[in-house]
Amino acid sequence: MLATAVILFREVLEASLIIAIVLGASRDIEGRGRWVMGGIGLGLLGAGVVAIFANIASSVFSGDGQAILNAIILLSAVVMLTWHNVWMSAHGRELSAEVKAVGSDVQSGQRPMTALLIITMVAVMREGSEAVLFLWAIATSGEQSWDMVLGGMGGIIVGILVGLLLYAGLLRIPTRHFFSITSWLILLLAAGLAAQAAGFLNQVGWLPSLGNGVWNTSGILNQNSLTGQLLHILVGYIARPSGIEVVFYIATFLTILILMRTYGNKPNTAAKTT
Amino acid sequence: MKRLLLFSLLFPFNVVASDTDYTLTIKNHLFQPSQLAIPAGEKVKLVIRNQDSLPTEFESSDLSREVIVPGHGEAIIYLGPIDSGTYQFFNDFNHSMQGSIVVNNATGKGN
Repeated sequence: MLATAVILFREVLEASLIIAIVLGASRDIEGRGRWVMGGIGLGLLGAGVVAIFANIASSVFSGDGQAILNAIILLSAVVMLTWHNVWMSAHGRELSAEVKAVGSDVQSGQRPMTALLIITMVAVMREGSEAVLFLWAIATSGEQSWDMVLGGMGGIIVGILVGLLLYAGLLRIPTRHFFSITSWLILLLAAGLAAQAAGFLNQVGWLPSLGNGVWNTSGILNQNSLTGQLLHILVGYIARPSGIEVVFYIATFLTILILMRTYGNKPNTAAKTT
Repeated sequence: MKRLLLFSLLFPFNVVASDTDYTLTIKNHLFQPSQLAIPAGEKVKLVIRNQDSLPTEFESSDLSREVIVPGHGEAIIYLGPIDSGTYQFFNDFNHSMQGSIVVNNATGKGN
C-alpha cells in the first residue's frame, strides 16, 4: 500500500509543482482558473488516450514512440513557459500596479491563456499517462488488492497537496519581489524540462549525447532521493548529466533570459505611452 | 530469393542488426541480469523483455533513459557510446527493482 502511494506520489508531483508555479506566477491574470482547469481536464483525457494507445498499439509505442512523444510534450511546455515568462515580464508590472486602465492587450485576448492551458495539459498528460498505466495494471492484474488502489489515491492526494503548498507559498511573496521570483522559477523549470527533452531526443538517436556523465554528483545528492527529485523538477538538477543535456539547459536558460530582457521590463516607456 | 527479400522487408529489424544486441529480462519483479556488461564507446541496442504481468518503467537517471515496458511486452532502446563506468537503472514503478550497466573497455568488443 505504501509502495503504491510513493509511486503515484512521484508521478503526480511533477505535474502538481508545474501547475502550482504557473498558477502562482499568473495570480494577477483574471480568469486564469478556467484555463488551468481546462488544461487539467484535457491533460487527463490525453493521459487516458496515451495509456490506451500504449496498451493496444504497444509495438508502435514501445521505445521510440514514447521517447518522441515525451520530447514533444516537454518541448511544447518549454515554448509555452517561455511565452508566459516573456509576456509576464512585459505586462506583469502593469497588472500588479493595479492600473485598471492598462494597455489594450492586457484587457483583450492577447493574454497568455493558451500558454497556461497547454502547460497544464502537457504536464498532466506526461505524468498522468504513467499513473494511469500503473493503476490500470494494478486494477486488471488480479494480483493486487484494494489496499494498493487506496494507497495510490493517497499518493495522488499528497502529491496535489505539495503543489497546493507551493502555490500558497508563492501567493505570500510580497508584490515587489513577486515577479522576479516567479520568473526565475519558470526560467529554471523551463531549462530543466529542455534538458529532459534533450535526454529523450538522444535516446531516439536524433541528438548526440556529447559525452555521458559530464559530472557526477550522485554521491552528494542522489537524483532519485526526494530532495534530488524535487530539485530535478524545479530547477532541472541532474546528478550525472550528458553533454547534450547541459547544452540544452544553458541554451534554453540564456534564450529565455535574453527574450525577457529584450521584450519585457520597460515600465517607464509603457507608462508614458498610455 | 525474391521471396526471401520480401520476407525480410517485413521484419526490418532482422536485417539492420548491425548494432550489437543485448537483452534485459524482467521476471518475478527482478531484472536479469542485474549487472549487464556492455562495451565502452559503442552504440548498443538493448531489448528489454517484460515477462511479468505488471508494466515496468525502466529508468536510468545516470544514462537519461526512460521507457515503459508493458506487461508481457518489450521495449527497445539504444545506449551509448558510453564511457567506462557503472550506471544504475531501476523500475520507476517499483524502486526496489534495481540493476546496473557496467561499461568497460575489456568486455567483448564486437561480441
